[in-house]
Amino acid sequence: MITHILAIESSCDETAAAVVRNGRSVLSNIIYSQIDLHTIYGGVVPEIASRKHIEKINQVIEEALKEAGVSLKDIDAIAVTYGPGLVGALLVGVAEAKAISFATGIPLIGVHHIEGHICANYIEHPELEPPFMSLVVSGGHTHLVNVRDYGVYEILGRTRDDAAGEAFDKVARAIGLGYPGGPKIDKVSKEGNAEAIDFPRPKVRIHTDFSYVSKPTGSPDVKSGAEREGEYDFSFSGLKSAVLNYLNSEKMAGREIVREDVAASFQKAVTDVLVEHSMNAVREYGAKKFAIAGGVASNSSLRAQMKAACEREGIEFYYPSPVFCTDNAAMIGVAGYYEYLKGNFADLSLNAVPNLRLGER
Amino acid sequence: MKILAIDSSGITATVALLEDDKLIAEYTINHKKTHSQTLVPMLDEIRKMTELGMDTIDAVAVAKGPGSFTGLRIGSATAKGIGLALDKPLIAVSTLEGLAMNAWGMRGLICPIMDARREQVYTGIYRFGEGTGTCIGDAGELVTVKEGCAIAVEELCGMLNDMPDEKVLFLGDGVPVYREAIDKTLRIPHSYAPAHMSGQRAGALAVLAARYYKEGRIETAAEHKPEYLRVSQAERVRAEQEKTSREAG
Repeated sequence: MITHILAIESSCDETAAAVVRNGRSVLSNIIYSQIDLHTIYGGVVPEIASRKHIEKINQVIEEALKEAGVSLKDIDAIAVTYGPGLVGALLVGVAEAKAISFATGIPLIGVHHIEGHICANYIEHPELEPPFMSLVVSGGHTHLVNVRDYGVYEILGRTRDDAAGEAFDKVARAIGLGYPGGPKIDKVSKEGNAEAIDFPRPKVRIHTDFSYVSKPTGSPDVKSGAEREGEYDFSFSGLKSAVLNYLNSEKMAGREIVREDVAASFQKAVTDVLVEHSMNAVREYGAKKFAIAGGVASNSSLRAQMKAACEREGIEFYYPSPVFCTDNAAMIGVAGYYEYLKGNFADLSLNAVPNLRLGER
Repeated sequence: MKILAIDSSGITATVALLEDDKLIAEYTINHKKTHSQTLVPMLDEIRKMTELGMDTIDAVAVAKGPGSFTGLRIGSATAKGIGLALDKPLIAVSTLEGLAMNAWGMRGLICPIMDARREQVYTGIYRFGEGTGTCIGDAGELVTVKEGCAIAVEELCGMLNDMPDEKVLFLGDGVPVYREAIDKTLRIPHSYAPAHMSGQRAGALAVLAARYYKEGRIETAAEHKPEYLRVSQAERVRAEQEKTSREAG
């Protein structure tokens, strides 16, 4: 049996639609990136993003259907990102998807954006199946996730403050590279010495106060779950501050700043922390496979170090092509397919949930 | 001809189904602003209650603005999604004209006001033309005296004070917010619409849309976008900064 999912993604600054066949085969993957609009503001402006989504969404969906060579009659379900993300941006995709579902009777599926990123790994690796360990790193998210089964996710760690990609953006701005920071730092780092400056590798201590962890009420393992989460949490704001302090003190001392070295040393510090946490989790949980995902998964230093670490551990390492690392709808179609198999459909009251937690339904 | 009409520009969410001269269904909720959850279920309720075959719809009418930015986009994305799915055109109708249509047949000026925050209202000034005597109420078409805009209520009152021979009817969700200010500033006779006429009604929007449709004022679902009457805050701040630096430089 052939199943076609039409997927829609509008959680941040990419308006995207895709058609995915049987969960693994991407027939089309149309992405309209708004990045040029936001560059002058040094980051994504939610209202501008939302306005652009509404202008582009039909065109992107129509192109996705056309390129896939299908019509809505061939579509078995519509999958849409309903969180996390910018609420105004999410609402455009959600309202559009619900309207198409209403007008055609095609079932609707709400997809978690981060689950989509993880599922991007299925597209080019047909042999990859759960269980595996996954690290999702992007401009808005840093999550270490134990993927126990299709649609079953256990969060082991996440950022307490800035997302990894956010730290890249802020440091890039401080050394005059501009937005978006990730690719720009990655590029100039190749010319720099990663050992030049010894930036701290932030370690998160396990707090005795677990109130920051929002667990579903009535969950029996609130404390132990929180302890587990704290152990693999990330924190990048201290590292970012260390970079800013370094830049300041060098300036005060009248020394010239070698931004290639700053970029490379900063990138190394981030990468070290991400790799160390990931491999600790791999060992503790006995994972046999590791997959990275999200926009920062395109970072060449992170890929290289993670690959080497996985080789040392003797486990398989997976990563998506850059086009599936950035926000896209194909990954939403893949995640939606596994929800489709389980019969997890949404009704027409589906809402955008900007702070949607991983694994929440 | 069947038109499905949608307005989620303000606190009110309203949908309607019009077939030629018959308003088959209208569903209006003025409760909480939860349009993202309620709007499509309201449409679905109409579909079920009226045994509506979706392929019989000829066009989708939508309030294009002004209004709450997010609210406008929920309505717009909903209309665009239906238009895409059914391959039918959209009819974009000014939220203010839709509101003015509620007061069909009234003599004098009709002045919808919507709370636009930042000490302003979204407003326009309308009247009904001389009737032909062929229809009940003997009123003609809706005529625009002043196009939709975002201005301070005092400025609006100043404009109306310059039309001394007129009387004016106010309606819209800006009334409870600005009624006191209007009473203080406005010197010409004025009144406020009763509850059933004061909020957005998709039935009125649909009637106006039917006229636009006949006039060929339609657009494709892909090209439709809301008309906000305001740029985003980020763009406004940036423009102000550029202006300041130009003046300084």
